[in-house]
Amino acid sequence: MSQPLESLLDNAIQAIEQSDDLMSLEAVRVAFLGKKGEVTARLKGLGQISAAERPVVGQEINRIKLRIQKELEQRKSFISERLIADKLISDTVDVTLPGRHSQSGGLHPVTLTMNRIQKMFSKLGFDIVEGPEVEDEFHNFEALNIPVHHPARAMHDTFYFDDDRLLRTHTSPVQIRVLENQQPPVRIIAPGRVYRCDSDLTHTPMFHQVEGLMIDEQVSFSGLKGTLEHFLKLFFERDDLKTRFRPSYFPFTEPSMEADISCVMCSGSGCRVCGYTGWIEILGCGMVHPEVFRHTGVDSDIYTGYAFGLGVERMAMLRYGVNDLRLFFENDLRFLRQFS
Amino acid sequence: MKLSENWLREWANPAINSELLAEQLTMAGLEVESVVPAGANFEQVVVVEVLSVEPHPESDSLKVCQVFDGDNTLQVICGANNVRQGMKSVLARVGARLPDMKIKKAKIRGVESLGMLCSASELKLAESSDGIFELPRDAPTGVSIGEYLKLEDNIIEIDLTPNRGDCLSLAGVAREVSAINNVEFKPVPYKEVAATIEDLFPVELLAPAACPRYVGRIIKGINSDALTPIWMQEKLRRCGLRPISPVVDITNYVMMELGQPMHGFDFDQLEGGIRVRLAEGGEKLALLDQSEIECRSDTLLIADHRKPLALAGIMGGLESSVQSGTRNVFLEAAFFSPIALASMARSYGMHTDSSHRFERGVDPDLQLKAMHRATDLMLQIVGGEAGPVIDVIEQAHMPSVAPIALRYARIERLLGVYVSRDDVVKMLESLNMRIEAVNEDWMVLPPSYRFDINIEADLIEEIGRMVGYDNIPGTLESAHAAMESFSETQIEVNRVRDVLIGQGFYEAVTYSFVAPELQAILDPQQPVLKLSNPISAEMSVMRTMLLPGLVQALQHNLNRQQSRVRLFETGLCFLPGKDGLVQKSHIAGIITGARADEGIHSNTNEVDFYDIKGILESILSLSDRANYRFSKTRNSILHPGQGADLYHGNKLAGFLGALHPSVIAQLQLNQPVFVFEAELASILTAELPKFAELSKYPSIRRDIALTVDQEVPVQSLIDCIHSLKSEILQEVFVFDVYTGKEVRNSRKSVALGLILQDFSRTLVDEDVDKLVSKVLNKLEKQHNAFLRET
Repeated sequence: MSQPLESLLDNAIQAIEQSDDLMSLEAVRVAFLGKKGEVTARLKGLGQISAAERPVVGQEINRIKLRIQKELEQRKSFISERLIADKLISDTVDVTLPGRHSQSGGLHPVTLTMNRIQKMFSKLGFDIVEGPEVEDEFHNFEALNIPVHHPARAMHDTFYFDDDRLLRTHTSPVQIRVLENQQPPVRIIAPGRVYRCDSDLTHTPMFHQVEGLMIDEQVSFSGLKGTLEHFLKLFFERDDLKTRFRPSYFPFTEPSMEADISCVMCSGSGCRVCGYTGWIEILGCGMVHPEVFRHTGVDSDIYTGYAFGLGVERMAMLRYGVNDLRLFFENDLRFLRQFS
Repeated sequence: MKLSENWLREWANPAINSELLAEQLTMAGLEVESVVPAGANFEQVVVVEVLSVEPHPESDSLKVCQVFDGDNTLQVICGANNVRQGMKSVLARVGARLPDMKIKKAKIRGVESLGMLCSASELKLAESSDGIFELPRDAPTGVSIGEYLKLEDNIIEIDLTPNRGDCLSLAGVAREVSAINNVEFKPVPYKEVAATIEDLFPVELLAPAACPRYVGRIIKGINSDALTPIWMQEKLRRCGLRPISPVVDITNYVMMELGQPMHGFDFDQLEGGIRVRLAEGGEKLALLDQSEIECRSDTLLIADHRKPLALAGIMGGLESSVQSGTRNVFLEAAFFSPIALASMARSYGMHTDSSHRFERGVDPDLQLKAMHRATDLMLQIVGGEAGPVIDVIEQAHMPSVAPIALRYARIERLLGVYVSRDDVVKMLESLNMRIEAVNEDWMVLPPSYRFDINIEADLIEEIGRMVGYDNIPGTLESAHAAMESFSETQIEVNRVRDVLIGQGFYEAVTYSFVAPELQAILDPQQPVLKLSNPISAEMSVMRTMLLPGLVQALQHNLNRQQSRVRLFETGLCFLPGKDGLVQKSHIAGIITGARADEGIHSNTNEVDFYDIKGILESILSLSDRANYRFSKTRNSILHPGQGADLYHGNKLAGFLGALHPSVIAQLQLNQPVFVFEAELASILTAELPKFAELSKYPSIRRDIALTVDQEVPVQSLIDCIHSLKSEILQEVFVFDVYTGKEVRNSRKSVALGLILQDFSRTLVDEDVDKLVSKVLNKLEKQHNAFLRET
């Protein structure tokens, strides 16, 4: 008989405890419980033991075998857990460092504003149309009831190319171009660049407008007012936004009006932006002038219509708090980044 | 237009305060720009009489004056030239606060001064003034200047729209105030001033369409020493008019009061009679503002029998103007047609109070009334004897007012609000319209001064104004819903924008007009459309491409420490050609600097050709990348070895690449810059996806490494393989290109991957070998390409 069973167990437990990784632990298992392992050898040797002793010894060997198995399991899960714990430590990153991504740019605030306006009116069934920027006298003035010597022409500061061709001074000629090709009902929005020969602190020679035109059998001043009041509240996302409509004058609408909103900077209490009046002029509008209908062959006894035009830069300045119009055309990245 | 609130209230005085009055005017369409006090309320500033003026012992320019302020006699030092014994002036006593200073007891060159004699400008009652403020002899000594000048008044400035020429006077604004508030309109009573002498002067209307009415009058023997009364000076000042001389002030006063521009001639300078005629080309006329013009033949003149006297309705001539010694005056009140005068002043670079009114329309019934009013004021202020009124009229050319049909139903239809019949009549009558009922509707005759009311809609606007736009409720439009077709083969431009933004681009908006030099550098062959009145030379030609604007934006940013720039723009370009002007939408981008901003994960290498190409390819993949081809560029602004032209089918659609080093130098950019520009329409067209059967059998990949002459484009190798039209060849792609020591000079190694697959069976090695040997054969024959020895 070699060493007693108890010391075999002690040896095994000691070997298990000294194993620091799964590989050496496996070696220990093989050494004791493998086919040629010591415990297996003892089990094989049972045949040489007397029949009387056999059951007792056999039971004892089995007990030791189970004990070693249990120790091995425990040690294995201990090592596995420790491995994971080590990995967690070694894999730890600084989560405050920036992530890996492609750097995005952004849209110009004029585009952001135009997109927003278009989206709102699209919901109301307005189609988006565009027109040429180099226009002729007829579409820019004549058909809009602004004859040659009209004082309103002088106010438009027009850029000319020759006697007939000019840069459109407003998006209103799109009204004419649409009505030349389409019979009412008409619901359109026409965004785009317009040009005036004027450049100072508050004027740039190019800016953007959005024109709206709605013609149908039941279109009234009251509908125009309601639509624009609602639009302005939604645009500025202010339920308490006050609007007021003042009589004004545009040759291509009658009646004509200008809309003011309560100053979005000071909520109407008076500041530099609103010139301490509490009001900011925001758009011009009115009922389509019968002369415009005459030029485009629309029967003004059947149809009435309204039109409006708003300045995109002005809307963007008020919405984003931009204080200098000229920034829109400098394309300074430090400015553009603020809108992405 | 500025006007005095007190003066306005003499004509129409509603029981509302100034603030409400201003708001009311604004809401009636007479937009009030500002309401400012007519003068500061100065304390301790009083009317004084100058008792004596002695020279200052220590100064030649100063004087020692004794003045009486109603209570005491005070000694003050004064430097003004016009101070003299007996005059009435204004004293700021010790303790007074003037806009620019505080008055203290002072010793001036050793002599005590107890206050300061003030000029009008020191009291902010004039822009500038010459000497101390001289008051009339009857000014009450000791009374405060605020009380004497009735400075408790406001100056209301109104920004009038061009249709409301009728409101360019006190009378006009007062009519509105009276109509809005339903208060009495109290004009100055019309008084005909009878002639006391019989002098007449012939008037001929030789251009009756332009001037159908001319009213004139001689006034002889005026007192050339008379001064404009202080009340008139103050009213004029508050209306923004500078007092000049009694005759000029009176004509200005009548213009402000009634709206009729008038002119006074020195009668002794007139010869023969008045002729209102068109200029003979080349006639010269020296004007009141000291300028001299050469008249065009379309210009309406007031002339006498020998010479032009005035630019009709715009400005008087210098020679015939009323001077300080003028004794005999010829007054003019004419009606000029708005069409005849429209843009006339502007064509001579002028704009006057008179032209402003005539262009917008002066009441054709006003001339006689204005002449009598002016005569009355003349006789009161400068005296003299008035001759008979000369009134020449060409009735056929006078504007006629026709009645306008107004349909009751149309009012609610257009305004969207109910107005009772009675209210309609009341409102229109309050605006001096004559109304005649016709069945359910009316015929309405507007007053002669309302040039803006010609059609039914104009009348409905008046009703809307009287209701008050704020009292018309807004109603919400319901949405118009209709199913619409929309194309799947048309890419929205916003998707292209999004792709570029995802690649780090910012959208730019640049001016559509650029400097011709910049345009010529970037688009040398293309003719340009030139503005005839540009704002500056740098903005004088229309862009033919977007790059000039983007280059400027790039320069702006590089000059501001932004070394990595990615900008794009979309917009119209303007291309003059044989068939006229083409206005086409383009898209363009410009990049320079590092591939990414510096950061721990960043690839901060400088961008190169393949960056800009990849950007354009990612846009093209929105539509259908396979329909586009790149080939070596012919565009001279690009680096010849790093530029490509983009073709959509066989059509040139754009270009991309590095700017040519000489262009870079001309633009002073100092670093490589990569650009693309394309016609938007040609990159927004996609093809409808078409399903292709999927194979059930596995695919095989076979790689081949070739050596080929360096100048052979890889695309032509790929095209060559595709030209075999093998049914099992599914895809060819390049995965490596190498030049270097392991490849012979002037050759390069190209590694291609071939994906092979059949639809009916699994491919075996034999199939693959057969195809690969065909491929190699063809490549060798066409491109002198060989399998690379390894």
